[in-house]
Amino acid sequence: MGNKAMLLDFWPSPFGMRTRIALAEKGVKYEYKDEDLSNKSELLLAMNPVHKKIPVFVHNNKPVCESLIIVEYIDEVWSKDKPLLPSDPYLKAQARFWADFADKKVYESGARIWKTKGEEQEKAKKDFIENLTILVQQLGDNPYFGGDTFGYVDVAIIPFYTWFYTFEMAGNFKVEESCPKVIEWAKRCLQRESVKALPDPIKVYDFFLELKKMLGIE
Amino acid sequence: MANNNEVILLDFWPSSFGMRVRIALHEKGVEFEYRDEDLRNKSELLVKMNPIHKKIPVLVHNNKPVCESSIIVQYIDEVWSDKSPLLPSDPYQRAHARFWADFIDKKTYDGTKKIWTSKGEDQVVAKKEFIEHLKVLEEQLGDKPYFGGDTFGYVDVSLIPFYSWFYILETEGNFKIEESNTKIIEWAKRCMQRESVAKTLPDQKKLYEFVQEYKKKLGVE
Repeated sequence: MGNKAMLLDFWPSPFGMRTRIALAEKGVKYEYKDEDLSNKSELLLAMNPVHKKIPVFVHNNKPVCESLIIVEYIDEVWSKDKPLLPSDPYLKAQARFWADFADKKVYESGARIWKTKGEEQEKAKKDFIENLTILVQQLGDNPYFGGDTFGYVDVAIIPFYTWFYTFEMAGNFKVEESCPKVIEWAKRCLQRESVKALPDPIKVYDFFLELKKMLGIE
Repeated sequence: MANNNEVILLDFWPSSFGMRVRIALHEKGVEFEYRDEDLRNKSELLVKMNPIHKKIPVLVHNNKPVCESSIIVQYIDEVWSDKSPLLPSDPYQRAHARFWADFIDKKTYDGTKKIWTSKGEDQVVAKKEFIEHLKVLEEQLGDKPYFGGDTFGYVDVSLIPFYSWFYILETEGNFKIEESNTKIIEWAKRCMQRESVAKTLPDQKKLYEFVQEYKKKLGVE
């Protein structure tokens, strides 16, 4: 009986990054496996037959899928140190709401920036900045979304920072100009070991250019 | 003097998402004030309590709002934890339940809407996909009485509201769900025997009339 942990992931994925950060925060030892998404491993297909997506956290041979569900699972299993979610039910509900907002609005509008051009792209940029602005309003004067401590919402959102450079290049704008507070918060998070380990935004951009070429997008 | 446990639910009776919350509150025996919103003329309270999405359901507990149906159901389970637990206590089982509720969120609403808003080939495809979707869920159910195992739980709460839409789907789509998905119908009928479900789910024909009115307003045939 052990504590065998494996993460099926793909290095540029912001969803995968969430799980990597959570595992690092908790000091969990695990085997990292980078998937080739154009040639998914048998293990990935066996562990996530429903969506066939990464990340998948395989703990003692049992799969957990969907990044936010994995982060909650990690928080509940390795519950002694560094709690990511608050214990109060109302604060927990708030944290879940903002992580959900990050998925429904921040990620969605960010992706639209590189998927569109012209009018549509201008709208995507506007929506993206608006969504980031709403988010930082939540921050208030706190150092983190978790309050004084780095928490669930911080984990949920900080991976998107690695994609900011890509969105900026695609949309010809600078996040810092319209939303300096989010950059301040991101730089604060980047001082943590778990976040420092995230991929370099320039590397992410290079990957994105390759991806565009592969997909035949101009 | 402020009421110690004031619970208001801002909702809209045909909403499957709202129904989840109603069922959870009934399961826990929570007294609450139900307020039906006019979605074309949202109340000041709704807009104030959910400024981000301006959607129902919103649970207002002692003046503090909780939004998004799955988040609300988990909140209810955690606050009124002494009765009828909806989520299991084991972290792996909880992750498993959350996964299936998320699957239901991602696919069921859009899947059902496609059936009653489309025609011809599009509708044929929509029906086929929905049946497949139900088959995946049936596989999860297996031989258990509920998705939660022996007891009615989080995944059952997440899915059962959509059962009230089956009459609409069958009428609009001219098919019988029971023919391809007997297990789901058996499970649904079992859930309907619970008071919380029976008193929450609207009459299927009433819902059908609502949809006809709604389609007329949208100018959809």
